[in-house]
Amino acid sequence: MPEVLVRARGLTKRFGTFTAVDGIDFDLYRGEAFGFLGPNGAGKSSTMRMIGCVSPPTEGELTILGADPVRNGPAIRARLGVVPQEDTLDVELTVRENLLVYGRYFGLPRALIRERTAQLLEFVQLSDRGGDKVDALSGGMKRRLTIARSLINEPDILILDEPTTGLDPQARHVVWDRLFRLKQRGVTLILTTHYMDEAEQLCDRLVVMDHARFAAEGTPRELIERYSTREVLELRFDPGVHEQAAEKIKDISAKRTEVLADRILLYVKNGDEALAAVRAHGLEPLTSLVRRSTLEDVFLHLTGRRLED
Amino acid sequence: MAQAMAFPRRGAVPGELALALALRGFRCWLTVYRRTWRSNVFSSVLGPAFYLGAMGFGLGSLVDAHGTASLGGVSYLDFVAPAILAFGAMNTGMGQASFPVFGSIKWNKIYIAAQASPLRPADIFRGHLAFMVMRITMNAAVFLCVMAAFGAVRSAWAVLALPAAVLTGLAFAAPVAAWAVTLKQEMGFIYMFRFGMIPLMLFSGTFFPLSQLPGWLRLAAYATPLWHGVALCRGFSLGTATAGGSLLHVAYLAALAAVGIVIGARTYRRRLYV
Ligand SMILES: Nc1ncnc2c1ncn2[C@@H]1O[C@H](COP(=O)(O)OP(=O)(O)O)[C@@H](O)[C@H]1O
Ligand SMILES: [Mg+2]
Repeated sequence: MPEVLVRARGLTKRFGTFTAVDGIDFDLYRGEAFGFLGPNGAGKSSTMRMIGCVSPPTEGELTILGADPVRNGPAIRARLGVVPQEDTLDVELTVRENLLVYGRYFGLPRALIRERTAQLLEFVQLSDRGGDKVDALSGGMKRRLTIARSLINEPDILILDEPTTGLDPQARHVVWDRLFRLKQRGVTLILTTHYMDEAEQLCDRLVVMDHARFAAEGTPRELIERYSTREVLELRFDPGVHEQAAEKIKDISAKRTEVLADRILLYVKNGDEALAAVRAHGLEPLTSLVRRSTLEDVFLHLTGRRLED
Repeated sequence: MAQAMAFPRRGAVPGELALALALRGFRCWLTVYRRTWRSNVFSSVLGPAFYLGAMGFGLGSLVDAHGTASLGGVSYLDFVAPAILAFGAMNTGMGQASFPVFGSIKWNKIYIAAQASPLRPADIFRGHLAFMVMRITMNAAVFLCVMAAFGAVRSAWAVLALPAAVLTGLAFAAPVAAWAVTLKQEMGFIYMFRFGMIPLMLFSGTFFPLSQLPGWLRLAAYATPLWHGVALCRGFSLGTATAGGSLLHVAYLAALAAVGIVIGARTYRRRLYV
């Protein structure tokens, strides 16, 4: 049985009367990548801040690395790496100086910081930018630098709050690639995202979070199997007949249908067969697409809403 | 593995560790300062020197011509220089404790970054405060040298004017930082400088002796921290300090600094640990 690094029971965070995290339970095991998938405002950052020991829980039990975050904050934080939702790099300083300052916060000797800086910049592919001011870096580079910085103390747990939000697709893939390598090396990751592809690619296990609570939890595969079908048939109709078509399609034996503003989704075992059945009903979609189910479908099923909007 | 740091059995962080953590925060400010010190030289060194020149010699020649009995018989330059020293220390303290503190949450996020490390809000506060003290000390030391060069130091006791000025600066920096960290908008500082600093500068026996003020205003002036700073620095610079008077000034300023340091640890915590 792998070691439990974070244990939460009934963990709750309130801001005044508003409940941002409402009694969640989870365990984080050493070596796994654990994800919090949910839309904006679900309570992901509030949870990460509690785990990061910078936000005292209002209620419930939270144990991190075997210790109490309120009493042992400094000692726990010494063993965490944090990539906050918003970059906190000092843009006036150079890339290397940012790592130096941060490493000093952890009480690391200068020579060790220098050695790790070289390795970390190599790892996040910023070796040639060490002397540049952070100001001059692109958004993706800043994110990679933040990741490098969070690793300066060789943390037991790396906390990533929306590591790729706001990045263009290419920059995002570079970050994913780096995070995937960390995972391969056995670093324990806890990350939040509202990108289902990010969760699917990086997380061994995840929770779907919505309105301060967990709507479901499991491996990406389990969640898809439990809450969705093998395939999804996406249909687009002329806006004029969209409603009408939606009405008729209800007769077709799909496990479930979702009528979105612009599309109709049929959750079925076999997409091609379902498409044939739709056509047999005399309906001719403008476009049709058969695809595998994703976590987006799981989220839609659990909450009736889409993740990204 | 992360470097060893034993979990203390009871939550409290041992004293020497708290000092070490504050020192880590202080060092961060040194790194930042190394990048920007050049742009600060003018405002912190040359500015007060020009001020002293203009006030001491320009205005001073006018005042001295009318007799200096109310100044205690010293030249206006000698009278005003230690006051500008104290005022400068207050100015540096308030300046360092206002926008840089606010900006460390809102702009460059130095506090937010530090927060994720072992540093606690109180360590972040004390580390930054130590840096402010360093800046106050540097500026005051340079100014004291300028005073000496201008011949505005009349006693060997003047070396004590340096710690006196530093204490004055700290007595402002600590409470101002404790308050600045709570602000959501920077407008508060505009009010502080306009309605706090400027009246203090004018009515704390800086440019003229308090004996020139009507009685009630004089009483109010005795209560202001800047007056205590000015009186302390002036006593040392002119060599007129008395043990009792100096102790009173030191006690007043130290109490203000202590209150700021205690409250700051709480306000920083409240602001950073939401
Ligand atoms: N400091 C705060 N004060 C008041 N409300 C907050 C604070 N931080 C977060 N919230 C609220 O808590 C909810 C959850 O926020 P957050 O944890 O940031 O969600 P997420 O990271 O999933 O987008 C939001 O409605 C947000 O407005
Ligand atoms: Mg968030």
